Order: sequence, then structure tokens, then C-alpha cells
Amino acid sequence: MPEIIVISGKGGTGKTSLTAAFAHMAGDAVICDLDVDAPDLHLILQPEIKVREDFYSGHEAVIDARACTACGLCAEMCRFGAVSNPPAGYRIDPLKCEGCKVCVQFCPAGAIQFPDRHCGEWFISETRFGPMVHAQLFPGAENSGRLVALLRQKARELAQESGRSLILSDGAPGIGCPVISSLSGTDFAVLVTEPTPSGRHDLERVADLCRHFKIPTGVIVNKADLNPENTQDIQRWCDAARTEFLAALPYDPAVTEAMVQRLTVTEFSADGLSMDIRRSWRRIVELGNHKATSSKATDMPKSSA
Amino acid sequence: MIVAVASGKGGTGKTTVAASLAWVWDRPVAAVDLDVEEPNLHLFLKPDIIGRETAVMEVPVADESKCTYCRACADLCQFKAISVLGSVLLTFPEMCHGCGGCLAVCPEKALSPGSRELGEVAWGTAAGRIGFFMGRLRVGEAMSPPLMRAVIAKIAQSPHATAGDVIIDAPPGTSCPAINAVLPSDLILLVTEPTPFGFHDFQLAHAAFAPLGKPMAAVINRAGLGDHSVQDFCRSQQLPILTEIPFDRRLAEAYSKGQVLADALPNMRTVFEELMGSLRGWAETSWQRKVAAHA
Repeated sequence: MPEIIVISGKGGTGKTSLTAAFAHMAGDAVICDLDVDAPDLHLILQPEIKVREDFYSGHEAVIDARACTACGLCAEMCRFGAVSNPPAGYRIDPLKCEGCKVCVQFCPAGAIQFPDRHCGEWFISETRFGPMVHAQLFPGAENSGRLVALLRQKARELAQESGRSLILSDGAPGIGCPVISSLSGTDFAVLVTEPTPSGRHDLERVADLCRHFKIPTGVIVNKADLNPENTQDIQRWCDAARTEFLAALPYDPAVTEAMVQRLTVTEFSADGLSMDIRRSWRRIVELGNHKATSSKATDMPKSSA
Repeated sequence: MIVAVASGKGGTGKTTVAASLAWVWDRPVAAVDLDVEEPNLHLFLKPDIIGRETAVMEVPVADESKCTYCRACADLCQFKAISVLGSVLLTFPEMCHGCGGCLAVCPEKALSPGSRELGEVAWGTAAGRIGFFMGRLRVGEAMSPPLMRAVIAKIAQSPHATAGDVIIDAPPGTSCPAINAVLPSDLILLVTEPTPFGFHDFQLAHAAFAPLGKPMAAVINRAGLGDHSVQDFCRSQQLPILTEIPFDRRLAEAYSKGQVLADALPNMRTVFEELMGSLRGWAETSWQRKVAAHA
């Protein structure tokens, strides 16, 4: 069963609009939004939530003011600058607390509590294109790779239970913790970029990351007609980097119009851009299937079958 | 004044706004790229880089000959970065958050400080007048906040910290990297676009940053696209919209060529000069309100 993810490095290149269209094309995928920090896919897919669960990850340190002797050892040992000493007494800033437990361990008065940290919620939902696994971190919460790993595990379970042949995920921007977590065990990564210096720069970094984890990739240049020269450069770069150039999609106001109406662009209009998207999707499935059946054993281990 | 240019959604124009603001700024200023996962500001400001440093984080190095396998380190570590299996001590430096707990707790002094490379801090000058700082995360490194702290520490050592203003280009999102980038600021400028995605993530960003108690203001990019939800929300939250940049294909094309909008298009220079003025005005008003509230 292939697992396909759409990522980009740079934000705002069109990952989510494309993932939504792919979900429409796929028809029988388990859909997964792995941008747990600023998820948007639900705005188009309008999921009906069936299961809602709290997400706890790690702990946070809290000083009990009555027990604190104001010795200052916690402030001295904290590497994250999370302990402040306002006139009212020592206090830990939850936004800076890393949850490392060092202050809890060494406080001579035993005055620091270490409760579980409630970081967000995750959901299993039903959409018009199939089941969907998604989440929402609380604002300012730790951007947990653990939540991404949890969603992927739930998606696999759901795929097996419901006999679905594919997992399609929308990834987060960047190349840090949530993106790394979303790549382990993935069969194919669609890299969405735009013909701008930022798009190109970030494409190269996210492609490097995929190479690092031995994930095969293909590239889609979105809004390609904004700068045809840069688009050609990216195509040449793909040849040299041995990644497949999947498509050059034109800038099309239909993408935003569809979004406003909560539709995928392929539902909004069947021609033009949608034809190109359909063609790319067919190729992506071929490449994902090829990878999933050929070399599973040599790749990164999956956390669950 | 330290201004952080942030957004919930990526690709709304943070870097465009940060670059153009720095370009028109009429006082000494440093432009700082804290989107260390995907730094882009240098692609537009094209600075002369005069210094580079590798940033590292402390991780434990084990001397197993001293280890008695008491497990104190493994029991304390919250990140599964060190474990004891029977009489084998294993460290996983990639998992380490650098808290120093294992070194402090080991009764045998079997652990000593080593280092893991986070990435690079680089600095220089753009257009002969704009101080420039950036971080670039090593590909494969998961944690960006420690590298961001290294960039901030570098600025603190430079004359820019005391002599001028600072404009921070923040990473997208609303979680720990984004919070870390706006923490040093006096004022947060949220860049959004009036689409359903832009609006949704704008609300998330507003909710994430509001507890910090810093004045916030909005810039609406690609105005005319989508709908009016963002404008309505700003009005209801008393969040001033300092400028609206119209949706215009010429702007997108200038951006695609790596141009600073305020440099490439005369009318954009005016837009950003006015934005600079209204930013300072808003900072001043917010400051006076704060003083009045404390009086």
C-alpha cells in the first residue's frame, strides 16, 4: 500500500490545494493532514468528525509557590531561559519550558510539579472522498513530531481496516521536526514548488532531506507561467538531480475561486488545470506503487505494519 | 524597535514585506532571517556575507569505562536520547534537546559535553546599509529553536543590537519555531492573504501570539483575491490593518526575479515607506496605552 506525501519546503506553493485535488482523483485513499500546526485541508474537505481524542505529549514544569524557597537553582540550571524571577517569586514560562525535567529533579525543596502537557487534539473523520485523519495543535504548543507519527499510525490502521489502497498526506512547510517525522516509511514525496528564487532554494533543501531518508521524489512547478525561464531551470535541475519532473501547472485564479467555495479545483472545473492535475496524479500513483512493491525491505523501517 | 514579520500560513509574503521594509527603513536597521529551516531573505536582499559560524548544541558523550549502569541518566532523559540496556550505555545525539540533565545527574561523571551541529549562522551587510543575519538549519536536523537562539545571540553581540532597529523574518506556523522567532520582538506584524486558508491560519497565529502581550498589526497581501473575512476579523479584534498590497501579477513576476518590491516598483516604495510610518505610529500608541494602563 503506497504512502504518498505532498511537501514543498516553502509555504504557500499550493500543497494543500493540490492534495485536496489528488484526494478527489484518488477516490479511495485514506487522507491525512500532517500540517498539525496550521492545517488547512479540512477547509476544503469539510470532514465530519467521528472520533475526537486529546493529544498529550511530554510534560511541563510548574513551580509550587508555597513550597519554593527561592534558592534560584532552577533558574541557574535551566538551559532554555524558562525560569524568571519577577517580584512575585520564581515562575516557569510554559512557552519556553522544554519539558526536560532538570529543574524538577534538582529542586532541593521538591517544589516543582511536572504534569502532562495537553498539546492538542486529533480526529478521525469522514469526507466526501473517504476517511481522513487530522489534528490541531493548540496555539503555541510544541510542534510535535510525535503527533505526526501518531496520525500516520492511525492512517495505516484505518487503511487496513477499511481496505483502502493508498495513504495520501498533506505535509508541513519547512524541513524540521514535523516534516522529518512525516517522511519515515513514505514511499513517494511530491515536491510542490514555484518558479521563484525562494521556491527553487527551498525545493533543493527539501529534496536533499528526501535523499537523506532515501525517499523517491517528483516535482510539480505551480504557477509555472509566472517565470517560464525559472521553470525551465527547475526542469533541468530535476534531470540532473534524478527526480522526475511531473508537471508545470499554470497560475489559475480557479484555485482561489474553488477554495472560497470549499471545493477542490478538480471539482470546480473539469478542464485546463484539472486535466494536468489528473495526468500528474496518475503518474504519481504509478511511481508510488512501484516504490511500495519494489524495495520496501531496504528502506526505513515502518513503525507499524 | 524590534519588528517580527510573521504569519500562520506560509507563502503569504513575510519575506517580501521584511525585505522591502528593511530596504526603505530610514534609520540604522538589521534584517534577520529566523526562518532557519527555509531561509529566503538573502535571496532578495543579496547581502555581502562577511562572517559565518557553525552553530552547535551540547550533547552527552559517554565514557563507558566509568559507567555503573545505574540508569539515572536514562530515567531523567525525557527525549529518549540516552538509554541503558543491561550493561550497555547508548546515546542518541539526534534526539537530544541539550538540557544538560544527564551530565548533572550522573554520579560517576561518566558523561561529558560533546556537540551536535545545528547549522550555520551567517552575517553581513545588504545594499551597503542594512545589517544582515541569518541561520541555515543543517538538512536532517529536526530542531530549529536552538539555532534561532544562536542567531539572536549573534545579533546581541553586534552593534546593531544597540544602535538600530531590527526586522525579523519569522518562520510560518504558530508553534514553537514561530513563537521563538517573535519572542524577542516589540511588535508583531502579521502578513496574510484574504483567502480561506490565509484567514484560517491568521486566526491561529493571532491566538498563538496574543498571550505574549505584544502589540500586533496586520498587512494584507494579494488584496482583492478571495473574500473579506480577514478584514472583518481584524475590525472585530481591533487589530489595525496597516496596509493592503493589491493582488497584481507584476508584483508576483518581480518577486519571481528575486527583486525587492520597494526597489523595483516606485509605487511599492511609497507603500512600504507609509508602512514604516504607520508601524512606528502603532508602536508609539501601543506603548503609550501600556504606560497609561500601568499608571
